[in-house]
Amino acid sequence: MRRVLIIIVPYLWLLALFLIPFAIVLKISLSDVAMARPPYLPQFSWEDGLGAFLSQLDFENFTFLTTDDLYWKAYLSSLQIAATSTLLTLLVGYPIAYAMARAPDEWRATLMMLVILPFWTSFLIRVYSWMGILSQEGYLNQLLLGLGVISEPLIILNTKVAVYIGIVYTYIPFMILPIYAALHRLDSSLIEAAEDLGCSRAKAFWLVTVPLSRNGIIAGCFLVFIPTLGEFVIPSLLGGSGTLMIGKVLWEEFFNNRGWPIASAVAVVLVLILIIPIVLFQQNQQKQNEAQS
Amino acid sequence: MPENVFAPWTDPGAEPLIRFRNVTKRFGDFTAVRDLTLDIYEHEFFALLGPSGCGKTTMMRMLAGFETPSSGHIELAGQNIVPVPPNKRAVNMMFQSYALFPHLNVWDNIAFGLKRDGMPKDALRERVAEMLKLTHLERFARRKPHQISGGQRQRVALARSLAKAPKLLLLDEPMGALDKKLRQETQFELMDIQEKTGTTFVIVTHDQEEAMTVASRVAVMDEGELIQVATPSAIYEAPNCVYVADFIGDVNIIEGAAHRASEKHYTLHWADGQAPLVAASEMTFSPAQKAFLAIRPEKVLVTADRPADAENAIQGRIHDIAYLGNISTYHVEVAGGRLLKAQTANTRRIENRGFTWENRVWLSWDATAGVLLER
Repeated sequence: MRRVLIIIVPYLWLLALFLIPFAIVLKISLSDVAMARPPYLPQFSWEDGLGAFLSQLDFENFTFLTTDDLYWKAYLSSLQIAATSTLLTLLVGYPIAYAMARAPDEWRATLMMLVILPFWTSFLIRVYSWMGILSQEGYLNQLLLGLGVISEPLIILNTKVAVYIGIVYTYIPFMILPIYAALHRLDSSLIEAAEDLGCSRAKAFWLVTVPLSRNGIIAGCFLVFIPTLGEFVIPSLLGGSGTLMIGKVLWEEFFNNRGWPIASAVAVVLVLILIIPIVLFQQNQQKQNEAQS
Repeated sequence: MPENVFAPWTDPGAEPLIRFRNVTKRFGDFTAVRDLTLDIYEHEFFALLGPSGCGKTTMMRMLAGFETPSSGHIELAGQNIVPVPPNKRAVNMMFQSYALFPHLNVWDNIAFGLKRDGMPKDALRERVAEMLKLTHLERFARRKPHQISGGQRQRVALARSLAKAPKLLLLDEPMGALDKKLRQETQFELMDIQEKTGTTFVIVTHDQEEAMTVASRVAVMDEGELIQVATPSAIYEAPNCVYVADFIGDVNIIEGAAHRASEKHYTLHWADGQAPLVAASEMTFSPAQKAFLAIRPEKVLVTADRPADAENAIQGRIHDIAYLGNISTYHVEVAGGRLLKAQTANTRRIENRGFTWENRVWLSWDATAGVLLER
């Protein structure tokens, strides 16, 4: 009985906070726009019964998504931006994680703190401050102009570059922490053994360190890729009108057009796209757990 | 000395494979190895023995190239190897933790070093097969390290470090993780492999029994210095100081004042009112110099009556008996409350054993049974 209770609690949690909201969104995506409050029909009523209610639901909104190329372009562009920024985050995050794992013991807690510290301020404020850094009159341009590196200000804000900077900055802890965990566990005698058997330092890194931190790399990449795909705040604040991302399209559909059903359809498709990497991620985690036990 | 005995260290013309020359290694203000000079010869199975922190592992890591001496130099086959990085040395190491690559299977682990040398595929396959056969691992070639037992992992580590046919193989506590029974089997296997391959082995261990079993010579270390370097039997029978005598096996140490009795004999006055002990010694002691008689328990005879022809005999009372199956150790209290250990083989069944607690017995031994030591 106690075991059942223990299992039931997380499932109730999942039901209340994920499945029910998702069912509501799914229902809205199958409804029609209406000048009403809430702005869609049908609404369930006891007098008409369940049959009448269900008969009014259809897949019209999903077919609409395929007719306007804005949507699939937005999905594609989101996938591309998420993939590129995941790669960039990996390239920046790996050396940091490596340095942390190799740092003297007494430094590690401090370094870990520095990685986590930005979470203590609001995410929104941190993205806003990047606007102050990247804008044409921003600190970065002032610095570069002052140093004489450039003669006229760079245009970074409201470009994809700014979005990449924002994403890499925001999500880098999610990349660093799992890679650090993998590298931290790595027995340094393995590197010595590789050198002893004829590897140079660089070769030992490629043949031993990288393969043995593979699970950390995969976990980090998913942890960055999955939230980035639906990212809304960063592209809308730093990316300007030129950056097309599905999160932004969804937001505009929902708030600007009051097109709740279409917005819900966009969200449902996004969830379906995300299920693939999430399942892959779960499999990776499970494999890792099995390998450890 | 018969010709087939392997003892290059007695031959002044022999070229050592490894020469440590005044090697010192400091870590900050801690001196791990102090001005150490040592020769190790080809085909030797050389053991560095000592308690943890004595500098034996540092010696090995300097041979492998993971540590650089603070001063002095190390030669391998006549060449100074101090500036040579570990991946360019004809030296391989078997790590205490085995350091098997967990992402590679047994076959790939063994092939790892050969691949780095760019060995042609066919030769490589042949060499790996040979190593698998040598270590009886053929059936496990496709397994990952976590899918095999501790003893098998140990053999993979050995095969991997031998695969490149190094001039010198270093073994860092190679049997530390094995249980006692497996350790004993493996020790003999290791000796066989060393003989078959003709490789020079240097083993680091804190287990004196292991060092005695496998090694052609043993170096006993303490606090960064070599205390004694000799064959296992010489170390056991003729330790050069109390530290070595005490570290290797069981020993009774009797302290006293030495007086010359004849050219090669001394008497040791060890307790008031007791007859002095007689001991043969090649060393020279000044009159009444403080000396220590080291005598192994198995060389002490336990009898009910004083043996007529005994050169040394002390009467005492049995304080404790440790029954170990094949042998029994008697703790006998003698003059001044001192406990002496005496060991006898249990050739008779337990019910026929002659002595029990509180019995008064005589301990006796020959003048040549013990060693008289200065310190």
